[in-house]
Amino acid sequence: MIPTAFDYARATSLDDAIARLQAAGGAGKLLAGGHSLVPLMKLRLSEPAVLIDIGHIPDLAGIRESDGVVEIGANTRHHDVATSALLRERCPVVADTAAVIGDPQVRNRGTLGGSLAHADPAADYPAAMLAVDADLHLKGPGGWRVVKARDFFQGVFTVDLAADEILAKVTFAASRASAYAKLHQRASRFAIVGVAAALETGGGIIRTARVGLTGAASSPSRLAGVEAALAGQPATAAAAAAAARGAGDGVSELNADIHGSAEYRRAMIPVFTRRALEAALARAGG
Amino acid sequence: MAQVSITVNGKRRSADVEPRLLLVHFLREHLNLTGAHVGCDTSQCGACTVLLDGRSAKSCTIFAVQADGAEVTTIEGLADGDRLHPLQEGFWEEHGLQCGYCTPGMIMSAVNLLNDNPAPTEQDIRDGLDGNLCRCTGYQHIVNAVQHAAGRTREG
Ligand SMILES: Cc1cc2nc3c(=O)[nH]c(=O)nc-3n(C[C@H](O)[C@H](O)[C@H](O)COP(=O)(O)OP(=O)(O)OC[C@H]3O[C@@H](n4cnc5c(N)ncnc54)[C@H](O)[C@@H]3O)c2cc1C
Ligand code: FES
Ligand code: FES
Repeated sequence: MIPTAFDYARATSLDDAIARLQAAGGAGKLLAGGHSLVPLMKLRLSEPAVLIDIGHIPDLAGIRESDGVVEIGANTRHHDVATSALLRERCPVVADTAAVIGDPQVRNRGTLGGSLAHADPAADYPAAMLAVDADLHLKGPGGWRVVKARDFFQGVFTVDLAADEILAKVTFAASRASAYAKLHQRASRFAIVGVAAALETGGGIIRTARVGLTGAASSPSRLAGVEAALAGQPATAAAAAAAARGAGDGVSELNADIHGSAEYRRAMIPVFTRRALEAALARAGG
Repeated sequence: MAQVSITVNGKRRSADVEPRLLLVHFLREHLNLTGAHVGCDTSQCGACTVLLDGRSAKSCTIFAVQADGAEVTTIEGLADGDRLHPLQEGFWEEHGLQCGYCTPGMIMSAVNLLNDNPAPTEQDIRDGLDGNLCRCTGYQHIVNAVQHAAGRTREG
């Protein structure tokens, strides 16, 4: 399958990429790992006239931490997130999530920024970004702006990102008691239901909980009912199981396809919520 | 047209290509390296897997222009003269193939796997070959072939 013809340019910096997007006037598209965009172009579902490759911009990839705040560059590949010693130790939910995206070849090419900007309703990263309450740093012609993950995802393949803006990095506070659990589609590995949990515990008590859901509905969301039910509870598997019960009840706009009906997804939300919470609690320091 | 210069199996290869040319077609049609196969053409089957800067990648999902300046290794670049690579030998010894269509991609994925993890468990091997489909073997002999190669590589 051959895409429609396009002009190709390698951006040398964020500003260069933004200038090229502006010059292309809506006919330009950014290319990162290409593992969502290239398949769409081959199917001619996307036909950009200009492809602006941001894969070679210096300093757009990498993972670091300072003062408890973790920063991941947009161009960081799934494989590098999955195998990051820093993330495994300090914020395992993010590494967990990257490790179960697609297959090794997909993880060798795909990037965090591309996944978030693309916002496939079955993508994995959105749940983790909600659970860690990530800040997304966007750069456009007018400079920088920061959007919370919970405001960024607006609907199916729809995010708060202008046509001439670039997602450059995400930042979030590290959360040790965190984990991701996913029911995956057997062929593509995309999430049918994916749940990311990040807990703050102390003295045997769950102080706060953030739980992100992906795959199940038209866009990712926080499971506010589960979060409220957990706050102040003992940090035990029994409390996790009790809070997870009925986790799917309030979720609207459930997806339904050949991989699972809406009822099936609703039934699986509590199961994977409980698994994510149990795995997160197992990592809690007390 | 765009000028690309890609080091393939150690040799620098330059060409003028259309930006929409896929890396797999560059390898097969411009360089006559027909080891990387096109199976699904939809990023699923892994028959087109090559190493791009040392890591496994589906060459049907990458434009040749993206690989400009990079190093690519294909199945043709694995053997050392007449001496087969340990993975090629493993597939031979353990009957890791039937029709052979998936084999070059399987082997390139297995190279990536053994580079990351020289002593994989059976489950590690199955996970490492997650991005490659085989319609013939039922996978068990492929797993055996990778185990054979892992053993050989460790023996030195
Ligand atoms: C076989 C297969 C299986 C997969 N399985 C999964 C899975 O299980 N779970 C999952 O979550 N994903 C899965 N994916 C998708 C994969 O994770 C993609 O890598 C990811 O969705 C897109 O990242 P990319 O870097 O490849 O982006 P690209 O394809 O390069 O870009 C995607 C979109 O984002 C835009 N974009 C890219 N970077 C930026 C940026 N920094 N700022 C603004 N816009 C940007 C592009 O213009 C484009 O519109 C799978 C893909 C394949 C091919
Ligand atoms: S041909 Fe590339 S993945 Fe199937
Ligand atoms: S040997 Fe025939 S597809 Fe694998």
